[in-house]
Amino acid sequence: MNPTGLSAAVAPAIPRLAIDPFSYAFFDDPYPAHQEMREAGPVVYLDQWNVYGVARYAEVYAVFNDPLTFCSSRGVGLSDFAKEKPWRPPSLILEADPPAHTRTRAVLSKVLSPAVMKRLRDGFMAAADAKVDELLARGSFDAIPDLAEAYPLSVFPDALGLQPEGREHLIPYASLVFNAFGPPNELRQQAIERSAPHQAYVTEQCQRDNLAPGGFGACIHAFSDSGEITSAEAPLLVRSLLSAGLDTTVYGIGAAVYCLARFPDQWARLRADPSLARNAFEEAVRFESPVQTFFRTTTVDVELGGVVIPEGEKVLMFLGAANRDPRRWEQPDSYDVTRKVSGHVGFGSGIHMCVGQLVARLEGEAVLTALARKVGTITMSGTPKRRYNNTLRGLESLPITFTPA
Amino acid sequence: MTTITFIHSDNRSQSVEAADGDSLMLAALTHGVDGIVAECGGNAVCATCHVYVDEAWTAKLDPVSDDEDALLDGTAAERLPNSRLSCQIKVRPALAGLVVRIPDRQS
Ligand code: HEM
Ligand code: FES
Repeated sequence: MNPTGLSAAVAPAIPRLAIDPFSYAFFDDPYPAHQEMREAGPVVYLDQWNVYGVARYAEVYAVFNDPLTFCSSRGVGLSDFAKEKPWRPPSLILEADPPAHTRTRAVLSKVLSPAVMKRLRDGFMAAADAKVDELLARGSFDAIPDLAEAYPLSVFPDALGLQPEGREHLIPYASLVFNAFGPPNELRQQAIERSAPHQAYVTEQCQRDNLAPGGFGACIHAFSDSGEITSAEAPLLVRSLLSAGLDTTVYGIGAAVYCLARFPDQWARLRADPSLARNAFEEAVRFESPVQTFFRTTTVDVELGGVVIPEGEKVLMFLGAANRDPRRWEQPDSYDVTRKVSGHVGFGSGIHMCVGQLVARLEGEAVLTALARKVGTITMSGTPKRRYNNTLRGLESLPITFTPA
Repeated sequence: MTTITFIHSDNRSQSVEAADGDSLMLAALTHGVDGIVAECGGNAVCATCHVYVDEAWTAKLDPVSDDEDALLDGTAAERLPNSRLSCQIKVRPALAGLVVRIPDRQS
């Protein structure tokens, strides 16, 4: 098969691999497969799902930063919106290209700006202190439900301005969204089959009347008064925060706690200098890459890493593999709270780079600062259990015991 | 290559030979200049690449865009009239000798 028309003599062969990056075995231990893909070449072809893949830092960065060639409007999951009806109305930001993306992005950037974070900071810090005090009093607990989920649930829905009722739909809805980026495997099919109640909740909560004044949601709607967006677009932009703003930080905080429990030397450094908390969280996002993958679709025939990818093909970016590419990182497989981590792609890169990253970092910094100040030892008191999702990498259960400082 | 001088908050001065076309932020990161955190890697999201541009140079830089202006309102250290985001300043030969100060905190 040679769809580009180049003769086999000049077109270097693209390595074809049998890896299924959406299988349970892959999720259990993705690192050997990440290495195999990086070593096989700058671009690989994954026969299981008929997609191109990039696992080296340089190519992942290049794809992120060429949004005209590698577009998002045909979906950032495996499904090609040009060929298949999307399972829900597409996102106005994540699944949009410029110029449409530019307009909606500007609104969310303002709603989640550094200046807004300054106002949220004290409240987020106090909530983390209270949560860690409570867990210290308990001593032993499960760090996924009791910390990684409980903390974001205690701050994010209020910051958004959500009604108190029905919040139990939030995590299942987000888990559905991230499973739906994957191929039509069991995880995706089951998630979509069970989606109706969660979708109904989310659609309802995105309406202006249901969002408390002063929250992110009300701020988004306010931009429809000044004309930056229409009143029909506002609810869909609120939906983006409901989809992407909670579960991601659950996985991010879970990753950080899991790192600190596994690497006592790094925990000791953080305790000695709590001002490392923000970087320790950022490094956990590089090291575990809670968002593992996103797709793009080629808009033209394009040369990448010395090979040609034809128009209309799906390209799968492996963020987690790029974040541990030895071509880019020294000692990529060690968790180092003092690493200069700027440039990692755990939040993406380029025009779609996570618009909520400041919220994520604020939550991560708050939790890790409270831990560093109050907790003496963090030990795993049982075997961690993995949670399976087509896009997100993290744990279902992480039994932990704290002793006070 | 263009010579740029960074002055740290403890008044230590560090001059680097920056590659033309790179941002000032990238020049700092690639030459091991501490104090420029650049959490977003230059994508104009984070405001943790804040610098104070020496008064003699402020007028010689491209003006602040609306996006940069909004981000500067959220810097951790005080915003001053000469505040800029170093990821939004491109190194070019005309900037030879540019001096910028690094604030005492970025987050
Ligand atoms: C540790 C936590 C998080 C991680 C790892 C993460 C990761 C990412 C990544 C990799 C992208 C790029 C998607 C692409 O290029 O196609 C992204 C985009 C996005 N994220 Fe996050 N995210 C996190 C937290 C958040 C939070 C807290 C919010 C909301 C408050 C949020 C809202 C968004 C939105 C709306 C986009 C789409 C931006 C665009 O397309 O311009 N994320 N995120
Ligand atoms: S590096 Fe983030 S705004 Fe400059």
